[in-house]
Amino acid sequence: MKLEATGKSGIWQKFGPLLALVLLFIVITVLNPSFMEPNNILNLLRQTSINALIAFGMTFIILTGGIDLSVGSILALSSALMAGMMVSGLDPILAILVGILLGAIMGVINGILVSKGKMAPFIVTLATMTIFRGLTLVYTDGKPITGIGDSEMFQMLGRGYFLGLPVPAVVMVIAFFILWFLLHKTSFGRKTYAIGGNERASRISGIKVDRVKVAIYGLAGTMAAIAGAILTSRLNSAQPTAGQSYEMDAIAAVVLGGTSLSGGKGRLFGTLVGVLIIGTLNNGMNLLGVSSFYQQVVKGAVILIAVLLDRKKS
Amino acid sequence: MQIEMHNIYKAFGQNKVLEGVHFSLEAGEIHALMGENGAGKSTLMNILTGLHKQDQGTIKINSTETSFKDSKEAEESGMAFIRQELNIWPEMTVLENLFIGREMSNPFGVLKNKQMKACAKEIFKTLNISLPFDKEAGLCSVGEQQMIEIAKALMTDAEVIIMDEPTAALTDREIEKLFEVMKGLTNKGVSLVYISHRMEEIFAICDRITVMRDGKTVDTKRIADTNFDEVVQKMVGRELEDRFPHREANPGDIVLDVKGLTKKGLFEDIHFAVRQGEIVGVAGLMGAGRTEIMRALFGVDQIDSGEITIEGKKVSIRKPTDAVRHGLAFITENRKEEGLILDFSVRENIGLPNLKSFAPSGIVKTEDEINFAEMMIKRLHVKTSSAETIIGNLSGGNQQKVVIAKWIGTSPKVLIMDEPTRGIDVGAKREIYELMNELTERGIAVIMVSSELPEIMGMSDRILVVHEGEIAGELLKQEATQEKIMALATGGN
Repeated sequence: MKLEATGKSGIWQKFGPLLALVLLFIVITVLNPSFMEPNNILNLLRQTSINALIAFGMTFIILTGGIDLSVGSILALSSALMAGMMVSGLDPILAILVGILLGAIMGVINGILVSKGKMAPFIVTLATMTIFRGLTLVYTDGKPITGIGDSEMFQMLGRGYFLGLPVPAVVMVIAFFILWFLLHKTSFGRKTYAIGGNERASRISGIKVDRVKVAIYGLAGTMAAIAGAILTSRLNSAQPTAGQSYEMDAIAAVVLGGTSLSGGKGRLFGTLVGVLIIGTLNNGMNLLGVSSFYQQVVKGAVILIAVLLDRKKS
Repeated sequence: MQIEMHNIYKAFGQNKVLEGVHFSLEAGEIHALMGENGAGKSTLMNILTGLHKQDQGTIKINSTETSFKDSKEAEESGMAFIRQELNIWPEMTVLENLFIGREMSNPFGVLKNKQMKACAKEIFKTLNISLPFDKEAGLCSVGEQQMIEIAKALMTDAEVIIMDEPTAALTDREIEKLFEVMKGLTNKGVSLVYISHRMEEIFAICDRITVMRDGKTVDTKRIADTNFDEVVQKMVGRELEDRFPHREANPGDIVLDVKGLTKKGLFEDIHFAVRQGEIVGVAGLMGAGRTEIMRALFGVDQIDSGEITIEGKKVSIRKPTDAVRHGLAFITENRKEEGLILDFSVRENIGLPNLKSFAPSGIVKTEDEINFAEMMIKRLHVKTSSAETIIGNLSGGNQQKVVIAKWIGTSPKVLIMDEPTRGIDVGAKREIYELMNELTERGIAVIMVSSELPEIMGMSDRILVVHEGEIAGELLKQEATQEKIMALATGGN
């Protein structure tokens, strides 16, 4: 049968989220023109960067049909360890790099448990979420870690500007391009889609499914730890409760961006748009003076509507 | 029930699938529907059973013009469609499967298991089959699952049963049983539409035959008034050479040597060797362990003991990656579940096992990949509008060619093909056979597992017959006959 190719995703998957974002921009600007002021837009970008970094990693995991609930706890634990190292006098840059490496290792542990342990990602990361959070509380004794010095480089990370742009936003953009390339231009990315599309066929095609999965969970851990470094710098401290429920915002962004929770379908650009939708909602509703209680209701409703539209149009 | 489909047209978007099809079905007849993959058979039957609506044309049932709103309405009017992809819930029991969506219960919704069992027993008796009701359907053989489907159709009091490739996965004994059941049904006035690529069966059991090609009806004839060659010619629209291409084998050195391969409960002490450029056919009944041996050889499943030697070197194969590294390639029997990523394009599927060569540094050189995919598409005559077409949109025969293309790119030493032509039309089959010849000429060794004896005898240089997890015998091409193979396969001598 000579059916024409429909492409990986329909029109809605490709442009729907972007359209929604533009619409959101217009509505909020009409209601409060100060939304579009450059300062606020830069602010918005800085606010979204942390969720973006986590959501980028989450995209890879969800594309394989998995999920990672532990990213918020990884963020907290690596943040606490970084701060601890800095307090004890380690060079801040080195502390950050070691902290990110530790985040990667936490992700790798998730990956090994999922692939070699043959356990459901939901269960594994639910457990490690609790474990990593518990370890954070043990390490910090439940109290914030402060007094992490005044290294300019470190403070730049969360609060500085580069060419007039907030550094976190710059990190987000760089991360996006690197990961976009990884996902869409490399064999690693192809394998990610293949595993999500049909794990058995991937295995039989000679793909080292376990190894790819471990790498992907490791990547998600790395991204969470980078987000942790930015947050630590911004707050100039490590909070034991940092990153709580961040996994939910990340999953929401990925889903809003049109990535299928069953794996195999989705794009990183969609996640970027999803992150911006959530960020814009938060920022816009704050500007409009919507109570934070209602904000949650609206956010939940937006996710439902987005997924519903996705279903109908595809 | 008498059915008359007149001048049916149907298009999906730009794609015209049916262009003026005529089809009629008399009460109590078995009507064969033949045509190459993509000829429009399934679409026609989907229209008859209410899944799709025709764009043009009329359907008359007992001389009254009819159109079904949906497949549910068609089912209530006595239509049943047993598809190639069986509708089985593998985690549920045989009994639960039989009554899915039609459970018997009291007014409070409590299931009446006794009554359902009694009813099922009755049906199984007419079908002359015995299956434990409590067995998980997923643990049943494909043949048994097929019987569950037929039993389900019978329970809806169907007057028209459409069967799409019902025998593709059945053993000879099961096929015989199926034919008996079919004959019995026609005596009760049930009409059967029989979609199959197996010519022998059609001539053995059908009353009339309709041949379709490129969305049109070519001809409808009484079976008695036609013959094998005429049907094939009408199907492909040209004279077809022999079913099997001429084959000249020049076996070289032993490339794969298997000794004492054992997996308890599935197969034991399997010995065999394969030479370069040789096609070794593996015959046997369903469930004899043929597929299991191949899966273990390829590292999909673990063996308990045994030794595998490739080109004189002992190797350990614990997972498919090892097998690929040592030069094995595996075309599984179920291409949708294990052969292809259905959401991927033709190019991406072909590229998958070859990623290393397109992405030596990890970055995929799309241009190389496109060139390679296009070369393979040309070489294997894959009918696709482009390399970017999503594989799920291709016909079965073309999908199978893509699976083969995937592996040819890895330049394997040994190619294992499990049911390489299942569900594929005659023309495409021949193309795949020619491809096998071409591969062996280049020194690749082929192991072909097949349930089709003509294929085994037509293509193999040597035949291994598996019986209950052991190799019951080995036959050379010259000495092999259907009878000898069947005798070994059933445990005789």
